[in-house]
Amino acid sequence: MRKLLARELRLSLRHGTDSLAAILFFLVAGALFPLAIGPAPETLARIAPGIVWVCALLAALLPLDRLFGADAEDGSLDHLLLSGLPPAAIALGKATAHWLTTGLPLLLAAIPMAIMLRLPDEALPALLLGLIPGTAFLSLIGTAGAALVLGARRGGVLLPLLVLPMAVPALIFGVAAADAAAVGLAARPHLLLLSALCAAALPLCPLAAGAALRSAAE
Amino acid sequence: MGKGQEGMIVPQEGLQAEGLAAIRGERLVFSGLSFALPPGGALLLEGPNGSGKSTLLRVLAGLGRAEVGTLRWNGEDALSDRTTHATRVAYLGHQDAVKPGLTVAENLAFWGTPPEIETALARINLARLAPLPARMLSAGQKRRLALARLALATAPIWLLDEPTLGLDTTSVAALGTMLATHRASGGVVLAATHLPLPLPGAETLRLAA
Repeated sequence: MRKLLARELRLSLRHGTDSLAAILFFLVAGALFPLAIGPAPETLARIAPGIVWVCALLAALLPLDRLFGADAEDGSLDHLLLSGLPPAAIALGKATAHWLTTGLPLLLAAIPMAIMLRLPDEALPALLLGLIPGTAFLSLIGTAGAALVLGARRGGVLLPLLVLPMAVPALIFGVAAADAAAVGLAARPHLLLLSALCAAALPLCPLAAGAALRSAAE
Repeated sequence: MGKGQEGMIVPQEGLQAEGLAAIRGERLVFSGLSFALPPGGALLLEGPNGSGKSTLLRVLAGLGRAEVGTLRWNGEDALSDRTTHATRVAYLGHQDAVKPGLTVAENLAFWGTPPEIETALARINLARLAPLPARMLSAGQKRRLALARLALATAPIWLLDEPTLGLDTTSVAALGTMLATHRASGGVVLAATHLPLPLPGAETLRLAA
């Protein structure tokens, strides 16, 4: 499992463009909103949490179709399945690697983005605290989705259609946490619900993804 | 692993298949396929393209699914727990599973420790290329890298799909040495091939198209 993670991180460092593209997409997509809506600070501050969350959601999807796709194409997936690790552990390793190479950088990139969008200072901690389980949830759901569309034609198009609806609960609670903090209400209930989502996805998504990997290899 | 199980069938060492059948797409690829391989045994799978050699190897690896039939390893049902079965199997597919962005040695890092990798690369004459990015390798060298992964395997069942494709004669000889060592230690080898393989005393299983 640790070796799998080391392998994934090394691969992602060598092909670093995937993570970098996700972060740049996140920043560029976020920068479009002030241009489209207008730079009025009050408007931007009001919708800033939503912008950050939606952009993070979309950016996290970008590297997903290569998550298993590259391994399935060159035959590495067969070898991973034969490595003696249960398929669910392989999926969990992949999800962890996805979070470390995409979720964590997005979390860091969300800070300058939130400041750029004039998010109220008191809402920033709630936004970031929400993004921690939020991005982890996205990595888990995304891994399951990526495993499911393996072998499907136009899997890259199918993947967002499959993952985005499932990510809606995280979006709702994540944005609600930051909004609540911005108006001086408690963000804690929303963050707890978000963490609960993540805790439920932690065992379920790798199991689903593992089963999907098995059937993709058949 | 390797523990004989008392049952209706007399526990037998090695690998036995009984009445295996596989369906690919909607086509029955093969059916009623049986063989027995004692420790140290080798089986060559022959047959025209599309006769199901690769499908059979994937079934035996636990990657593909057998519709009917049983596979036993030392008398134990092998395919009931595919994750455990995976630890008994070393598989060389027709794809080399080489990551072009990693160096030759890094490509193997998941499968063994650095000293083991050095030995494995030396066995197939790749040690000199260890620090090179794998994208610089020729097709034959990539095949040798895939063989080095096989050399790292401690699994008793080797499943090889066209192992000598693109190899030069020196490398075929090196593969021959690897296969002989593996068989001498009680392992079994199943290979699908159209080319002559250095597997003395191997039995042949012909698959019809």
